[in-house]
Amino acid sequence: MTRWPDRDRPAVTADAVIVGSGPGGAAVADVLTQAGWSVVIVEKGRNHLIDLADPTRLLYDFSNDEIKFFDRWFLGPDPMVEPRTFRIGPEDGERLHVGEVNSIPTTVGGGGTHADGKVPRFREEDFELLSRYGPIEGAEVADWPVGYDELEPFYAEAERAIGVAGDATANPFAAWRSGPYPMPPGAPMYGATLSTAAAEEVGLHPYAAPTAANSVPYDGRPACNNCGFCAFAGCPIHAKGDPVALLQRALLSGHAELLPETFVTRVCTENGRATGVEAMDADGTRRTIGARVVVLAAGAIETPRLMLLSGFDHPLIGRHFMVHFQTFGFGTLPHRLHAERGRAVTHVHDDAVLVDDDARRAAAAAGLPWLRGGLVEHGGPAHPIEEAKRYPWGARHPKLMRASPMRDHLWGFTMQGEDLPQRGNCVDLDPDVRDARGFPVARVTYKPHRHELAASDHHGQKLLEVLRVMGANWSGTATSPSLRTDTQWHDDRTSIVPASRHVMGTTRMGDDPATSVVDRYGAMHALPNVVVADSSVFVTSAGYGPTLTLVALAMRAAGALTG
Amino acid sequence: FSLSEALADTCRSTSSTAACTAAAYRGPSSANFPPMPVWLTDTEYRVLAAACARLIPSDGGPGALEAGVPDYIDTLLGAFTFDPPRIWAGGPSSGRHGGENGFERFHRLGRLDELAWRMRIEGSAGLAEREFNGPVVGWQERYRLGLAELGPDFADCEPGEQDARLRASPLTELMYVHCCEGMYGAPEYGGNRDLVGWRAIGFAGDVQPRGWTDDEVARP
Repeated sequence: MTRWPDRDRPAVTADAVIVGSGPGGAAVADVLTQAGWSVVIVEKGRNHLIDLADPTRLLYDFSNDEIKFFDRWFLGPDPMVEPRTFRIGPEDGERLHVGEVNSIPTTVGGGGTHADGKVPRFREEDFELLSRYGPIEGAEVADWPVGYDELEPFYAEAERAIGVAGDATANPFAAWRSGPYPMPPGAPMYGATLSTAAAEEVGLHPYAAPTAANSVPYDGRPACNNCGFCAFAGCPIHAKGDPVALLQRALLSGHAELLPETFVTRVCTENGRATGVEAMDADGTRRTIGARVVVLAAGAIETPRLMLLSGFDHPLIGRHFMVHFQTFGFGTLPHRLHAERGRAVTHVHDDAVLVDDDARRAAAAAGLPWLRGGLVEHGGPAHPIEEAKRYPWGARHPKLMRASPMRDHLWGFTMQGEDLPQRGNCVDLDPDVRDARGFPVARVTYKPHRHELAASDHHGQKLLEVLRVMGANWSGTATSPSLRTDTQWHDDRTSIVPASRHVMGTTRMGDDPATSVVDRYGAMHALPNVVVADSSVFVTSAGYGPTLTLVALAMRAAGALTG
Repeated sequence: FSLSEALADTCRSTSSTAACTAAAYRGPSSANFPPMPVWLTDTEYRVLAAACARLIPSDGGPGALEAGVPDYIDTLLGAFTFDPPRIWAGGPSSGRHGGENGFERFHRLGRLDELAWRMRIEGSAGLAEREFNGPVVGWQERYRLGLAELGPDFADCEPGEQDARLRASPLTELMYVHCCEGMYGAPEYGGNRDLVGWRAIGFAGDVQPRGWTDDEVARP
């Protein structure tokens, strides 16, 4: 790496600059450094993961602390200084809500640090919905320019790199795989032993979730000890397959530098090529990082935001924003379930992803050619502060907390429903609201397609059936974003914002520069040395968490760069 | 996985009332809290304590006072009188289930973290660097005004009158959230004294480095 002084701070040049240190950026850093490239990884959040002075050492900043992770934004972004805005459609005016909108972490390790580590692969059909099932009016369903068979070796490599525990024989609907999971599944949660039995009784096919949490010591990191602070918390003992292993390997190669608390303000271009990025340190000092290749891995909200801040002008940048449309089925059981023990979710089922006869009938009834739900996660709430806030204050409070109908007796399902790509759902720059650094924040405009509502209705009923078989005293369903219109709910602006952290689609991948922003390897059609390595490139949302697929795509994209 | 939306939904609906059945509890009831406010005045602290006692009352089992919730709130409002500020406890363990007590080593804040928390607690105070989206009213001001509006006589009012004032107060919603945190959060933040909040509900709290055995996870 060579350095030279400029007016503010020494400029840096590297073969590649990578914006974002989450799973996508980490995967690219690993592949490039193993090929001998020099890289600079720029992360706007803080580092709580690896000792940058001695990358053989990990940091132990994470803990079983509900206040820190759930009430005080330890992983960022803090909406006070990095807000986003939200509206359902342009008819709402400039915005309905300012604050937290999809807080996928801004910290070294990115979204990998907070996830409970469910890392399923997509299935073959997820890459070819248009040719298999046909178009849906009002949505822009398209095939991906890459198929499952081509991606399979990268899925296998991604599973090895981050460490995934699972049972290759357990899911009858799984796509083909070239080998077993690197580790066997971990211990099933007690509640899941009940819900899987009930699910089987009603004809579903639950299985041990592919989970990026070590069931045995793996790659120098310990086995998970079931502490229960998995979802939305960082792993205190580094048993989770957040991108720590990928980042550590990249840093130990001697070819990588990681700059935390550094915000990239724009991608610099010259004569149709990117020349690097301009960045701002924690103290506001600007610096330039020159690079032959600029990799954008800031997530499907911040990546298009950076493109727009840089003045990129493809009309589809930020369009086709997708989340997972979540449907919850939940109920209270007569006995206690202690869902605070174990990995947040240990079992899932895929039945709601299938386009089977039932789903076709439900689609026809709703005037749709087909519909798809998504992966259904079995789990329960684990944290008492979250529970306490749900109960009213006063005399009932301590009684409810001891009886715990909303935590220790509650079990439920979350369906990560397929969300169709729509042109009107988008990320753009809010015209007024700024972050603390003075830059326009991302504004999300999102309204579900009626496909999502029909799929939610159809599959929600099935979840209630499972709860009845489980012996629930009562049960119900809900969705996020909320569809309720009663007054209390309507006043609660946060409930209109989708809770899913699975964001996708905002720099769509394709072969035609007129209908896509990046090519099949994630390189921008208009600026071929700018490569997107996160879920922004997704063409459709599938019904599965995006992490493993985005890591596989990032590895493939990086491999295309090194040749 | 998140059921939070579902829970919010349910707890607003009437069906949850039927579901939320009470259980009898006989537990310790000792009130042992030194009133040592770091940010509030003594009068404000007295009003706050009386308000917290209505929001999460003691009913034989511990309530907000037994858990030291007013101290939690006072510590939060005065977080920047400590160094490092008492915003984020350290890791990876508390020493309660083995390991060292890392929770006591509070994290230093980065520049942006400090800006965010000073804005949230102190408000924008007319400072340009805090008003990039306009003025922000901080928690200190909300508590100062809110506690004053509850009245200096609040602690001596009848419970019915106290509840009526709380129902009318714009501070109650925020104060209740903080009560829940102070009641059921880690004791290093100043509340949940002697773990009474966790013990009352049979919650183990932080469990590193012990964790749970596979058997404890999988069995009733």
